[in-house]
Amino acid sequence: MKTEIHTRHTLSVLVENASGVLSQVSRLFSRKGYNIESLAVGTTDDPAVSRITIEVMGDDAMMEQLMNQLRKQFSVYSVQELLPQRSIRRELVMFKVKAETSDVRNEIVQIANVFRASIIDVSIKSLTIALIGDESKAEAMQNLLETFGILELVRTGMVALERGAYTISDDNKETTEFNLGKSVL
Amino acid sequence: MRMTCAQIIMECLLEQGVDTVFGYPGGTILNVYDEMELHGYKDKIRHILTAHEQGACHAADGYARSTGKVGVCFSTSGPGATNLTTGIATAYMDSSPVVCITCNVSENLIGKDSFQEVDITGITMPITKCNFLVRSPEELADVIREAFAIARSGRPGPVLIDIPKNITAAAVDYEPLPVEQHAAHGRLAAMLRRSSHDLKTPEPDFGDIDRLLDMIAKAKRPLVLVGGGVIRSKGAVPQFRKFAETLNAPVASTIMGGGALPGDHPLFTGMIGMHGSHASNLASAECDLLIAIGCRFSDRVATVPDDFAKQAQIVQIDIDRSEIDKNVKTHHHIIGDARRVLQLLNEKLPDHDYPQWKQWVFSHPEVPLKKDGILHPHEILETIQALTDGEAIIATDVGQHQMWSAQYYHFSRPGQLVTSGGFGTMGFGLGAAIGAKLGNPDKPVVLCTGDGSFRMNCNELATLSHYRIPVIIALFDNHTLGMVRQWQHLIYGERYSQTDLDYAPDFVKLSEAYGIPGERCVSQAELEKAMARALESKGPYFLQCDIDKDAMVHPMVSAGTPVTEFLLD
Repeated sequence: MKTEIHTRHTLSVLVENASGVLSQVSRLFSRKGYNIESLAVGTTDDPAVSRITIEVMGDDAMMEQLMNQLRKQFSVYSVQELLPQRSIRRELVMFKVKAETSDVRNEIVQIANVFRASIIDVSIKSLTIALIGDESKAEAMQNLLETFGILELVRTGMVALERGAYTISDDNKETTEFNLGKSVL
Repeated sequence: MRMTCAQIIMECLLEQGVDTVFGYPGGTILNVYDEMELHGYKDKIRHILTAHEQGACHAADGYARSTGKVGVCFSTSGPGATNLTTGIATAYMDSSPVVCITCNVSENLIGKDSFQEVDITGITMPITKCNFLVRSPEELADVIREAFAIARSGRPGPVLIDIPKNITAAAVDYEPLPVEQHAAHGRLAAMLRRSSHDLKTPEPDFGDIDRLLDMIAKAKRPLVLVGGGVIRSKGAVPQFRKFAETLNAPVASTIMGGGALPGDHPLFTGMIGMHGSHASNLASAECDLLIAIGCRFSDRVATVPDDFAKQAQIVQIDIDRSEIDKNVKTHHHIIGDARRVLQLLNEKLPDHDYPQWKQWVFSHPEVPLKKDGILHPHEILETIQALTDGEAIIATDVGQHQMWSAQYYHFSRPGQLVTSGGFGTMGFGLGAAIGAKLGNPDKPVVLCTGDGSFRMNCNELATLSHYRIPVIIALFDNHTLGMVRQWQHLIYGERYSQTDLDYAPDFVKLSEAYGIPGERCVSQAELEKAMARALESKGPYFLQCDIDKDAMVHPMVSAGTPVTEFLLD
């Protein structure tokens, strides 16, 4: 048996903004037994096109094949792997924290300031904080807030872009090769 | 022109030049079937009513494989649609262009577990190239045009269109559009704008072609491996033959590549893989350059991917980029339509010859063929070959008879072998033979089947009989599930678990019950006479060929062992 080294892969996928496309994309991951660690979907500057950011743990050869099979789908326009050293990744995390006294509230507000997080809701018994960052920042904040009691936590899923002026739509040999398979003339 | 969507479906099929549709009516597709009578579309498009939707899908598939045109089938919602799925998966695995039109319950009933409702677009997502649920009458014509373009283009494959019943009743404007103009309109035009910046078909990379020519110049023992891609690519076979003859190197074939090179061609080493010839399998291990064209190195070809052609530089030519390095790691690849890639190669390829290498490859004796009075499988194929001048289209089911057909019949043109290679669908053959015959009325069509496979879908005898379709059925009857029995004999200590089919009906009487003449043959001499009568009858004919229960497919390599280690010589 070959040993498979599973590492984190961040894929950015441009797709047709239509029903069924998300399940078409996610089914390719489940077929290989990969659990999607993080998923974020939203429309782009073109309302007919959505961008999906997917993070999975997998070995390199399998990821290559997965990307190829993604590219083959008619509703998928382009696929790009965002390498950690060449891309920026962010997610938004909301923490609802127990805060029943003004001392606690002040302390939490100070922590939030240090992390440049914002307080987006306050009640007599709780504070809700929104934090933007990568997983290390979110984890650090989470560790601190756990001492006060986290009532709820929600993440948007990681979104990512390549650094510099390159975009996902730029042509290269790879994209031409896939266009050939999709040609409908 | 204002018309109902049901009528638009028929008009769109006429736009595509569809002459035959296979199908089965039902509640939700009533409006579409009504159009055949109401506006007389039955006179322009022949509808073949099968016994079961699975048979309809296999027939559309057989029609597509043997003609190169898109096969079309109709079915109703729910069980009608799910009955298509085995047929769709069969077409998908062998890249056969089929368009399935299913109707679903009306939109107000969708998602309510209504009678005969099923999410067929969800179910068929992994087994179609693309599928559509039509939610607006205005987009219907456009969707049908896109579906046909997708089914037949690039690497062909099945496409499913699901149309709710209320949409089929809605009336909208329809503008006829000749098929040549489809790419410039609607969704197709939008798709082309996205995927390439101009409307030209992308060309293979010229640098990649030159690199292969360099590799050929350095090679001393090249082997060509031809797969179904060369059969599917229109006009590729003449280019392929020219390439093979200029290179003058041995050519092995996968089962799907049957017909790319004539079976009796001096360069042809036969099928490769689990039941591959000695010459093909041994050559794959000894070659120093393997040029694989339109083949995906399935586990039945490269039984051990890491060991396959391990001395060779492997070059893969395919239209589907996602096939590269999927199963076998390659050293070079060219992405493109097989015809165009081969044409570009032929423009620059000088004459080669490898006398010593060829002598070595062809020095391996193949299995001797028995001739001793009882009927042997190879004699059935020899008889078909001789009495049809090698012209017959051979449809097969799956199992031993399928391997014997691939090994012993000499296919000489693309589309002559209609077989479920990838999915291995028992029960494929009879439906597929019906489709192949209707698509090729001037060619004899023989179904080679086994008693196990035949019993799965022999209900289509009714279709054969009703339309008097002149398909000759050669049933290789060994009273057992032969291929499974072969594994049990060789690998499972002769424990024949559940493979005995001795309780079968009298097949000759069965076919006669359907109004199809049948005969039983126990020797080649009997078979020759019966086959001559079958061909003369110009109608459906059934030939039961009794063969030995213990006859085996030779050679054989076990799954998961290298192709050179023959379990059975």
